[in-house]
Amino acid sequence: MPVISIGNLVKTFGAIRALDGLDLHVEQGEVHGFLGPNGSGKSTTIRILLGLLRRDSGDAQVLGADPWRDAVRLHRRLAYVPGDVSLWPNLTGGEAIDLLGQLRGGLDRRRRDELLHRFDLDPTRRCRTYSKGNRQKVAIVAAFSSPVELYVLDEPTSGLDPLMEAVFQDEVRRVKQAGATVLLSSHVLAEVEALCDRVSIIREGRTVESGTLTELRHLTRTAVTVETARPVSGLDVLPGVHDVHEVDGRTHLEVEPAHLDELLGQLIRFGVRALTSTPPTLEQLFLRHYGDDPAAAATGAPATAAAGASTATAASGAPSAPAAGSSDADAQVDAPHGGAR
Amino acid sequence: MSALTGTTRLARLVLRRDRIRLAIWILGTPLLGYALAGSVASIYPGQEARLGYATTSASSLVARAFNGPIHGTDLGAVVVAETYVTLALIVALLSTFAVTRHTRQNEETGRAELLGANVVGRYAPLTAALFVIVAANTVAAVLLAVALAGAGLPLAGSVAAAAAIGGVGVAFTAIAAVTAQLSVTARGANALAAATVGLAFVLRAAGDVFGEQSADGTRVRSAWPSWISPLGWGNQVRAFDGERWWVLALPVALLLVGVALAYALAERRDQGAGLIAPRRGPATAAPRLLSPAGLAWRMQRGTLLGWAVGVAVLGFSMGIAGDEFNDMIDANPAAAEAINAMGGGADLINAYLAAMLGLFALTIGAYVVQALLRVRGDEADGVLEAALATAVSRTRWLGTQVLAATLGAVVLLLVAGVTTGLGYGIVTGDPLGQAVELGGAALLRLPALLVIAGVVTAIFGLLPRWSVVLSWTALLVFLLLGQLGAVLELPQAALNVSPYTHVPAVPAVDPAALPLVVLAAVAAALLAVGVAAFRHRDVPS
Ligand SMILES: Nc1ncnc2c1ncn2[C@@H]1O[C@H](COP(=O)(O)OP(=O)(O)O)[C@@H](O)[C@H]1O
Ligand SMILES: [Mg+2]
Repeated sequence: MPVISIGNLVKTFGAIRALDGLDLHVEQGEVHGFLGPNGSGKSTTIRILLGLLRRDSGDAQVLGADPWRDAVRLHRRLAYVPGDVSLWPNLTGGEAIDLLGQLRGGLDRRRRDELLHRFDLDPTRRCRTYSKGNRQKVAIVAAFSSPVELYVLDEPTSGLDPLMEAVFQDEVRRVKQAGATVLLSSHVLAEVEALCDRVSIIREGRTVESGTLTELRHLTRTAVTVETARPVSGLDVLPGVHDVHEVDGRTHLEVEPAHLDELLGQLIRFGVRALTSTPPTLEQLFLRHYGDDPAAAATGAPATAAAGASTATAASGAPSAPAAGSSDADAQVDAPHGGAR
Repeated sequence: MSALTGTTRLARLVLRRDRIRLAIWILGTPLLGYALAGSVASIYPGQEARLGYATTSASSLVARAFNGPIHGTDLGAVVVAETYVTLALIVALLSTFAVTRHTRQNEETGRAELLGANVVGRYAPLTAALFVIVAANTVAAVLLAVALAGAGLPLAGSVAAAAAIGGVGVAFTAIAAVTAQLSVTARGANALAAATVGLAFVLRAAGDVFGEQSADGTRVRSAWPSWISPLGWGNQVRAFDGERWWVLALPVALLLVGVALAYALAERRDQGAGLIAPRRGPATAAPRLLSPAGLAWRMQRGTLLGWAVGVAVLGFSMGIAGDEFNDMIDANPAAAEAINAMGGGADLINAYLAAMLGLFALTIGAYVVQALLRVRGDEADGVLEAALATAVSRTRWLGTQVLAATLGAVVLLLVAGVTTGLGYGIVTGDPLGQAVELGGAALLRLPALLVIAGVVTAIFGLLPRWSVVLSWTALLVFLLLGQLGAVLELPQAALNVSPYTHVPAVPAVDPAALPLVVLAAVAAALLAVGVAAFRHRDVPS
């Protein structure tokens, strides 16, 4: 049974359509990365999952219950770290942690003290004197001190230094080991790569990708540089090969992972002397979805916008249509989505 | 980059952020002055009435403490005696809060950091705030002078009186500029500055109480404590009684000293830091904190204590003044007749005590509004979101806040009634009996305060973004209906809007159960609406 199951979720604020048919499925025991540009609807989704906001339409289930109707009962089974932590200014950090833990239904004192120590947090200071990072630590300690089934973390590490980031990652692994599920909204790609079993990428209130990182990588092209004995020709008509150009006797091109084999078969005929292949970086993967124009950001290189756009379509198995342009951006965004499932 | 770079731009930002507040302040003060001058003129039309007023005011210690020293029998002098303290307090608090809002509060919210990263000099934010607020005080004073002269008062006196009030604003602008450097929080800075206003009031009251009555009996020469109080300076200008213009140099001098001190302090501290270091606290929470009720108590107790002390001091003085009221009536049968006519023949002292309890009920309404609006503050801050993501239901959360505000109101009503009773009882020889009787009479005002709580809760549930504005507006409307409704001869239907209209004025009249039950029912309905709306809306919204 999925721990979180959202289908076709819609939420509007007046004229703003914050969520526009969002889907999200998080399985029991997984760490699920929840990614998307600023304002794409991550916090809104999370607040609906917590029963703080009321959905306009669509389905939402958390731990098998309706997050709006069963909010109080559900909240005993989950812990939340808000994206923008604010605390009672005149309580100390220690008091705020105890209070949040107790209101949630109790916390593990031993863990609490251990976490305070690990996060190097002074619990005797008033919350109003904490920096953003320290306020975040208070919320993180309060959440991880409670042994719950689901942790909902909204950009929990945006104010933490690298040392604390490592401690945070340890904690996520620990609760995962203990069988808990984690929904982690994050902009820190290294963190996502290190922790997440699966990720969902959203944009403008819709899910555009969902799957394991490996699956998502397959949707992006590998950059290949090759030096051959004889000048190459006829590569650009091969399926799944794009952006072929020559610089200083070396050929640069990009290829979809599914067509790598055919490309190599073809290259051998020209006598390969040297070959480097660079898999897509996470950055490229995300930039492709984060940019203003999803098609333009396809390869992380704006100059190749048109070619990039056609590739996104090709990745889902549709025939390659060179110079498809970015006019039907929606189709290109939807296509890989289907392909990843 | 000079330390003042960007001041003009920041001043424009202050103007823009506060354009409505400033407009109300700058236009409201002269309008209030004009209205009050007119009403005083109609109450004390002849020289004879004013002579009586001045003699009574000069000899009454209560009048000296609350109205300041009287200076002669000119109509203007009576207007000043009747209005100066109120207007001066309003202007002092407005100036104080405005300074904090544009200095420390910006630092606290990080807005200043955002600005500081742009081309803005070190002193620019403070200078811009001070410039706008001093200018606002000046413009308001000029308009007030015009208003007073327009109401028919002598020109020189009008200018002096208006300048005296503007001077109070300027003096407290300077004081707030310093307190904003001292405390880390806007709340703390405001509390410090408000405490200074309170201290200034007490010093002035003491100086005026211990002052000397002049030979002709119509003037008071204040003792030295009035001279060290910026609130007292305004009286020493002696508007409408041979103006002493040089006294107006005192607030200007304080402004210069205050600004210099504030700059020096700003130089010695970091952005966001204060000079009063925040105290550390417990590393773990006491068990009694760990519930919505425990938290509400923790959040309210400081405010409640402050209110209780203020109410107790006021109640006790009002009670003691009750006896002086008796003396005055004994000594002046004409006045007794006049008051008798107004009070409809009821027992005079009971009418006085009932009126005092009514005033307390109004004031405590402000406590209820302030206490309940904390929920909205928490929602806007984001704390409410964190709290409601725990296993606490919305009904329980909001219900706890309403309960806490109500209990606070009960405590304050009791304090008000009991201290007024003690004060009056001590001078008349029955402290215990009076304390019990007036304590009970004060509690009868609770249903009106429940309605206030209901109104705020309903607004919070239905129109969260308007909570602050609408709640205070509602209270202000109730206050104006109560204070001015009769004078303005408003129809009963309008007066009936205010819950205070329906509370039996015990001890002047016998208690009646029906209106109280109806008020309680209205309160319950409003609370139910508010809670239901809160349960069905987005948080935060
Ligand atoms: N209470 C609100 N009122 C109006 N608009 C809102 C509100 N909350 C969020 N939005 C809008 O909804 C969109 C999604 O916001 P959010 O969920 O906070 O995005 P993210 O967390 O991914 O940055 C944004 O356009 C934001 O401006
Ligand atoms: Mg967000």
